[in-house]
Amino acid sequence: MSDKANENANKSKRVSRRDLLRNGLRGGALVGLGVSTGMLWSQSRTEGSVWQIDPLKCVACGNCATYCVLATSAVKCVHAYRMCGYCDLCFGYFEPKHEARNSAAENQLCPTGAIRRTYVEDPYYEYTIDESLCVGCGKCVRGCEEQGNGSLYLQVRHDRCLNCSQCSIAEACPAGAFVRLPAGAPYLPKDMEREG
Amino acid sequence: MRGGLIIATVLVLTTGVFAEQRFAVPTEFDSGYTKPTTQHPDPRASMMQYVDLGVLIATLGLASFLTLKFRRRWAIFTLMIFCLVYFGFVRGGCVCPIGAIQNVAMAIFLGDYTLPLVVLAIFVIPLVFTLLLGRAFCGAVCPLGAVQDVFLLRPLRVPGWLDQALGLLAYIYLAAAVLLAATGSALIICRYDPFVSLFRLLPLGKWIEALTRGGTVPGGIASITISIHLLVLLGVLVVICMFVGRAYCRFLCPYGAILRICSRLSLKRVTITPEECIKCRLCEDACHFGAIRQPTQTHGGHDRTRGKGLLAGMVLLAGALTFAAGWGASLLTPYLARTNAQVRLAEQIWREQNALAARSDDINDPGEVFRRTDTPIARLYDDAEDIKRRFLIGSWIAGGFIGLVIGGRLVRLSVRRRREDYEADRGSCLACGRCFAKCPMEQARRKGRSVSLTTGEDE
Repeated sequence: MSDKANENANKSKRVSRRDLLRNGLRGGALVGLGVSTGMLWSQSRTEGSVWQIDPLKCVACGNCATYCVLATSAVKCVHAYRMCGYCDLCFGYFEPKHEARNSAAENQLCPTGAIRRTYVEDPYYEYTIDESLCVGCGKCVRGCEEQGNGSLYLQVRHDRCLNCSQCSIAEACPAGAFVRLPAGAPYLPKDMEREG
Repeated sequence: MRGGLIIATVLVLTTGVFAEQRFAVPTEFDSGYTKPTTQHPDPRASMMQYVDLGVLIATLGLASFLTLKFRRRWAIFTLMIFCLVYFGFVRGGCVCPIGAIQNVAMAIFLGDYTLPLVVLAIFVIPLVFTLLLGRAFCGAVCPLGAVQDVFLLRPLRVPGWLDQALGLLAYIYLAAAVLLAATGSALIICRYDPFVSLFRLLPLGKWIEALTRGGTVPGGIASITISIHLLVLLGVLVVICMFVGRAYCRFLCPYGAILRICSRLSLKRVTITPEECIKCRLCEDACHFGAIRQPTQTHGGHDRTRGKGLLAGMVLLAGALTFAAGWGASLLTPYLARTNAQVRLAEQIWREQNALAARSDDINDPGEVFRRTDTPIARLYDDAEDIKRRFLIGSWIAGGFIGLVIGGRLVRLSVRRRREDYEADRGSCLACGRCFAKCPMEQARRKGRSVSLTTGEDE
């Protein structure tokens, strides 16, 4: 090849040699891409995954209210009625030092008044969450968790969640409570619905 | 129902700190009240993702046709603006192939992550297009590229050596993004994507949704918060892009780094002149991305043996660089591993155990949350060690990859190439179509003075 006489004759060959290399590499890249895509394809799911809070890990620190990219967090308080004691004195509803046991704003723990308290029958009260008001701060969740039955818990609401590839709240969660779930079963209900 | 409650209670109790069933749960009410069931709204319809995929394939096909056959800059520009509006402002810039790198990395290296098929397709399809038809994705389809192209005011010429050196940043970014995603630590491409904030300033998609739904979008219309840091980053980048053509594409984009490799192997590519090059250099002036290569001088007495020796030396150097960069990166493992929350927590707990740091009883403090869960510290340490091991292997590979890229550049620079015409560099060309729009031979062809048009053929 170093023979000078052959150089001119080799010039066209040299180009084709480069082309051959390129064609081979391209073929290899396409085949490699195809094989790895196939392998990933078999592992992937059509529906993808969504973010959710594991209520058993959640400590209701309050980050959900502030770290979500949505101006009003996609995390809301959810009520597991089947765990609720329907207490008159609800630790999720009332300020620890409330003046009177009524729905006056100064007695409520919820900063936005998103919990509605309705009388059912003596001695029971029903507590429902107005999700349009809830900001996901988890104040009620902590009250209920620490002194009540723990029937109030936080969940990512998927009619609002943008499902960011990296959830900003998940990054800020001190408890590592954010998990990815299949979009087909996107909730982790705290009551027995979860068991079956 | 009771059984379920007991299970729930036991579950709750076993996790330690969490509330137990302190108050009896009423099961029957005299007033006939029935308990409401908790509603769980379904995820938003993902149909739009399939529309996105269709639009992506259609625009990629069209972009390839425009760059290879139709060859009109205005058409490429129009398509680019359409893609900017659709993928950027309407769809919010998400899902994009650039970020999908991380999802693919997670699917490969993290057992518990399942990759949505649409994301896989969005990652792979531009690669296949680039391998076959060149880098039309960058020129006309990518909304991030379009933003930079629109803001390009006064392009400065970046010297070749600086261009080569800055181009390595993209590979470092790619290696870091894959490493951090593959260890389940962070998705840096998404977190530091400055363009998404721009798309969120003008959320057309939300407005359309509000119009079609009659003004009731859950969470409101202009409801997405934009971080100030990212806005500043966006501002800086836009100012840079006014003077340095597509700075993000050329020097930072991790997907661009992959496409650059694919583009070097592509079957078809952008050709500047349809006929013989008259060496007028107009294309070189038209290209704002430093992608035009001059014709080579004809060397009479070129020493081939010396060239071969240089090449062999560079190949050896590339091997050495691969090893050296791998070793260098492995030294950074302790710092890289701290991007992982588990590792950070373990280090915090260790410091607290050894009285090197004060404990906090704030509920926002991961250490405090950890103490409340009664998880054995040994398990936390084991998990953290495991992640650190992954980081050690990963940083060797990532560093080696960066070294290999640097070595590959040196090898390529040492190979003598013959070019008779002004040509677009396979790797650097972003298929924007400025070069052939300025080419006088192309102008002549359009006026019908010439007929033979060969496109895409490599010499």
